[in-house]
Amino acid sequence: MKPTLLLALALFATLPAQAGDTTPAQQLQHWSAQAGSPGDAARGQAFFTKRHGGEWSCASCHQAPPTRAGQHASTGKAIAPLAPAVQPDRLTDSAKVEKWFRRNCKDVLSRECSAQEKADVLAYLNALRP
Amino acid sequence: MNARHLLPLLALIAAPLSHADSDRLMPARVPDAYKAECAACHTAYPPSLLPAASWQRIMGGLEHHYGTDASLDAATVKQLNGWLQAHAAQGGRRGVAPPNDRITESAWFVREHRGIDPAVWKLPSVKSAAQCAACHTGADQGDFDDDRIRIPAGVTPAQRRAFLD
Repeated sequence: MKPTLLLALALFATLPAQAGDTTPAQQLQHWSAQAGSPGDAARGQAFFTKRHGGEWSCASCHQAPPTRAGQHASTGKAIAPLAPAVQPDRLTDSAKVEKWFRRNCKDVLSRECSAQEKADVLAYLNALRP
Repeated sequence: MNARHLLPLLALIAAPLSHADSDRLMPARVPDAYKAECAACHTAYPPSLLPAASWQRIMGGLEHHYGTDASLDAATVKQLNGWLQAHAAQGGRRGVAPPNDRITESAWFVREHRGIDPAVWKLPSVKSAAQCAACHTGADQGDFDDDRIRIPAGVTPAQRRAFLD
């Protein structure tokens, strides 16, 4: 085997999940399968916009609907729109989706989100149009 | 020697650190993970704004990070912590761990912003003292040059004066 090919393979093997390894539709499918029932956009919208006992809702940072840029609720840093129809690189990196669900669900609900909640939110996000 | 004589001398000593007028505070090589993980939520703070002990505590408690969960996988924490430690403040004013390991509570930070009206920090265009880029347009690149300060929207003429000092 050529050294360059070996190198390419070695590089590939060490790379974690990365941008482009999934699509918004695949993410919705994945979490719907995990939940055992399809994501529901209306339920996702309600979940996204309400507070869950804490200070913040998802929309506190992401806006409602998240088709516009948001702003971090405590630091003020700009956050790109979350809707894939507006921001095409959204929901295309499975590790990133998983990481931000974990972190942000803890911020908003003080726990991780269930598979059904994730499926619902994804259904909502995927249905948004500019 | 009285204070009046001492001041210019102190200013001379502090000058390279306090104004950073020409040189950038950010190391030449910034890990991609620093931009992706840390700067997603706040300014990409130059590591030299805190001592190594502060970064160590911050990176050891990312699950409870100033009111949010900023947890990361162990490998990324290790990589970023190593980089932060390597470029942390070495002595000087910034070598002192500030209260709560918050850059904005450092004595030097408070001093450099002493003329800024407290109401300015709360403007919608600023939102918090952590939002360096509201005024320091090159903050994410470690550029805090006074020449590149932008006065944020909503600042009154009276409040404006402090920016021009």
